[in-house]
Amino acid sequence: MSVGMREVAHRVFAGEFRDASHQFKESDDERAPSYVLLPTGEKANRVFVVGTLTEKDDIGEDGEYWRARVVDPTGTFLVYAGQYQPEATDVIREVEPPEYVAVVGKPDTYEPDDGDVITSIRPESVNVVDADTRDTWIQETAERTVDRIEAGPLKDDAVERYDRDPGEYRDVVVEALKSLEE
Amino acid sequence: MADTRQTAKEIHERFSEHGDVDLEDIESRLENLVDEYKVPIDEARRSVENQLSDEVGVERGGGGGGGGSDYGDIAELDAPDEWTNLRVKVVELWDSDSDAVAQSGLIGDESGRIKFTSWAKSNLPLLEEGKSYELENVVTDEFQERIGVNLNSSTEITEIDEEVEVGSGDIEVSGAFVDVQSGSGLIKRCPKEDCTRVLQNGRCSEHGEVEGEFDLRVKGVIDDGEKVYDVLLDRERTEEITGITMEEAKQQSMDALDTSVVTDEIEEHLIGRYYRVKGPRIGRYLLVDEMEDASEPEFDLDDLLMEARSA
Repeated sequence: MSVGMREVAHRVFAGEFRDASHQFKESDDERAPSYVLLPTGEKANRVFVVGTLTEKDDIGEDGEYWRARVVDPTGTFLVYAGQYQPEATDVIREVEPPEYVAVVGKPDTYEPDDGDVITSIRPESVNVVDADTRDTWIQETAERTVDRIEAGPLKDDAVERYDRDPGEYRDVVVEALKSLEE
Repeated sequence: MADTRQTAKEIHERFSEHGDVDLEDIESRLENLVDEYKVPIDEARRSVENQLSDEVGVERGGGGGGGGSDYGDIAELDAPDEWTNLRVKVVELWDSDSDAVAQSGLIGDESGRIKFTSWAKSNLPLLEEGKSYELENVVTDEFQERIGVNLNSSTEITEIDEEVEVGSGDIEVSGAFVDVQSGSGLIKRCPKEDCTRVLQNGRCSEHGEVEGEFDLRVKGVIDDGEKVYDVLLDRERTEEITGITMEEAKQQSMDALDTSVVTDEIEEHLIGRYYRVKGPRIGRYLLVDEMEDASEPEFDLDDLLMEARSA
């Protein structure tokens, strides 16, 4: 039944996503989906995030390759888009920061020679949205994150891998919600 | 014998997703029963299916085992080639212009409604509109992206006195619109009566090259963070929610010599935004009757904060 089933887009704050450094596959098959392990105990093959696109740079040498910073109240998502993400690339090229954007995409990790693993997003789509959508996303992501903290299906794996109590991410949720208080 | 070949193929199709089964092996078992032991083909099918069920560990279809049949929900049928038993009421029967079809129409249970087809070659008793039946061993089929069920030669039909309640099958979903899929936007449909197939490069898969009729639609995905839903917006919904009328869509496509400008604009309107949609689920699609903005800028922050803090 799972063949061809679309993966859910998980809601995750930047403050948790940046710590999701473990990427894995569940089988040796080349086409098997790849996941990152969220520290609250869930595997994510796709994420949905909404934040402020604050900066963009075309860092491509041969062709267009954009790095965009999408900021939520808890941190920054790095979004990389090039020729294989034509729709997202078109939007990022046109956007004039700062602007609220919604990003649907695949989590990806890489390990620079001289430092910690960096987790980024390879977007399937990027779209300009309004402040109401951003606020709704913060509320929804707060709820989903608390759900995972309380009953993340891969909680044990996450604790073992990251050596951190998922409960610590309550602070991230509170930080995000407090940003809405103004 | 052609008959055993066809039956073997059907059995193979049914079991191949559950385990390693060999078409030749199935056919030779059938031939053995039919040719050597003079067993009728339907009995032979039952026997081979039951053997295979034990071998690959699949639930038996209702057919041979007798007793203890479970009935599935129509709303749960979302993929082709699934075998199931249904308890249904015949909602309506349709006229068919095909000799291959003995009967087709709409059957329903509490969870929803689905199209059924009874093939002439299966020689089954006909269903009557308004009556309720137990249908054992029916198989799902996908036609024009919609799931239906086929009654086949192994299907057992039992009329029941109890009247099955038919639900509207409406479901309501709220989530983010995360994808607009290909086949969305300005399309052309076959104008032949009762066809309405979507044309590919001006051709209908049934009627060849035809002068298509324009239509506007969205095939999309709504994702609530736990589940994904395939949704279908017809012309009216698409116009309403995107503000693009079909006339404008035609004009834009003509100006750009390309219909993708319409799809791009639809994506710009929908992707990343929150919507609440309601409608019947037909096969894998939720056919959207009602759609509204579901972003909620007003909510109880204190409540959420309390939930977040309570360890």
